[in-house]
Amino acid sequence: MSSEQIIFYILSFWFVASSLAMIFARNAAKAVLFLVLGFFSAAGIWILLEAEFLAITLILVYVGAVMVLFLFVIKMLNIDKSTLRAKFAGYLPLGLIVALIIIAEMTLVLGSSQFGLEIMPSPERHGADYSNITQLALQLYTTYVYPFELAAVLLLIAIIAAITLVQKDEIKRKKQSISEQVNVKARDRVRIVSITSPSKEDK
Amino acid sequence: MIELWQSFVIGVNELMPWFDGNMAAIVIILIKAIALIMPLLLTVAYFTYAERKVIGYMQLRIGPNRVGPKGWLQPIADALKLMTKEIIFPSKANIYLFLLAPVLAIAPAIAVWAVIPFDEGIYVTNLDVSLLYVLAIGSIGVYGIILAGWASNSKYPLLGALRSASLLVSYEIVIGFALVTVVMIAGSVNLNTIVADQQGGIVNWYFIPLFPMMIIFFISALVETNRAPFDVVEGESEIVGGTHVEYSGMTFAVFFLAEYANMILMAVLAVIMFFGGWHSPFEGMGVLESTFAWVPGIIWLLAKSTFFMFLYLWVRATFPRFRYDQIMRLSWKVFLPITILWIFVVALMTQLHIGPWFA
Repeated sequence: MSSEQIIFYILSFWFVASSLAMIFARNAAKAVLFLVLGFFSAAGIWILLEAEFLAITLILVYVGAVMVLFLFVIKMLNIDKSTLRAKFAGYLPLGLIVALIIIAEMTLVLGSSQFGLEIMPSPERHGADYSNITQLALQLYTTYVYPFELAAVLLLIAIIAAITLVQKDEIKRKKQSISEQVNVKARDRVRIVSITSPSKEDK
Repeated sequence: MIELWQSFVIGVNELMPWFDGNMAAIVIILIKAIALIMPLLLTVAYFTYAERKVIGYMQLRIGPNRVGPKGWLQPIADALKLMTKEIIFPSKANIYLFLLAPVLAIAPAIAVWAVIPFDEGIYVTNLDVSLLYVLAIGSIGVYGIILAGWASNSKYPLLGALRSASLLVSYEIVIGFALVTVVMIAGSVNLNTIVADQQGGIVNWYFIPLFPMMIIFFISALVETNRAPFDVVEGESEIVGGTHVEYSGMTFAVFFLAEYANMILMAVLAVIMFFGGWHSPFEGMGVLESTFAWVPGIIWLLAKSTFFMFLYLWVRATFPRFRYDQIMRLSWKVFLPITILWIFVVALMTQLHIGPWFA
């Protein structure tokens, strides 16, 4: 075995092991962490395939941002584990059916009939001066520029839609104007009133 | 010496055939890593000493001056003290995650340094996407803080972790956009190429066309490294000590190390991105260039980074802490629009071929 194969098997083992651990973890926060480990292993395998841009984007986007927000949400939720487990048996048949359908679809699309060595020969090794990111950018911004822009617009619409949903009842919100707070002067807040103190003769 | 090395390499390759003769390369990488990490940790130790001294003088105090001559052995004494202290585990804490958190904080803070070029050809590895690598690995550091807050099973750490998660995610976007303008000028995400592109004296450095981006990058770096005036994650006057509340002894020291390693990284990154990296500011200036020609590039890089490290301390001694919502507002409503606007400005400057930067 070459060193590359050893690294591949180590990464694959961690990928499979962490994915399984992610599914079987009882604790949501631990599940997220196992998923992060899975992402790392996948990124390592992509780097072995000379797709370093994809690998680093996976870490930057999913590990660095998406999973952080997941953890953020999980920490703020108060998950009651007993209600989760109560419906487990009820959902099990449905889950199994969905899992079987997904496995069948994946084998059809990704199986050896599509990606076997006869149809897709193993990619040739590139030299040290090969730039993965340049090749990707050339394809993305010339051949596939319209799909790329469309995907970007789609994401923008999703963001705006989410913000609109949250901001439904404008009237109830309490706002503070920071510039107003910063620019406030002492005479706007405090009124100094001169009071004549009662003299002793009045008593 | 060379014969000894060669016989060592051959011997190791025979012992471990599964490395296909790559053992020498692995040993060299390990030596490079040690040559990088040891000075880094030493710098961290003396950066804490410099911080106490500089802030001391700014506040008309003397600072540490008891241990060793003029207090120079103070960081060593601090390290010894932290190592010998007891590590206290909260009774209801998740012990594995509690111990994993400091590791997740320090590992990315050191791993990032693998791609930083110190001089022409002096780096641990020359990755083609090194800028993205720095951003990606840098973004992992937040897990240390989030997990520390969650695993401590305590209120103040959780509040600190929540603040940290939302702050870091918002300011990562700002830093990313600010660095996109650098990438647009250099035409590369390789840090070596970005520095090489700034050759030719101080007028060729990127901080001139990207001046607002430089300011935004520095302020965002303060947030990313939890430094004053944005240190709401610790916020000792509001939430006691944030994520560090339950950590003691060496576990706390590791967080401390990670924070300072990140600060030094951000200072070096600012120099690489905006201030010409290892290039001398006097390039192409006749007499000045030949006078300073003997100075190696690494000295220029370290000197410029030291200035930024000093800025961190200066800012901490000068500004009061921001309120949490004000920091958020600064990111989403002030910095993000400016950076997006500046991307268009840079695109325009590229089209019009302005200055030496867009030749």
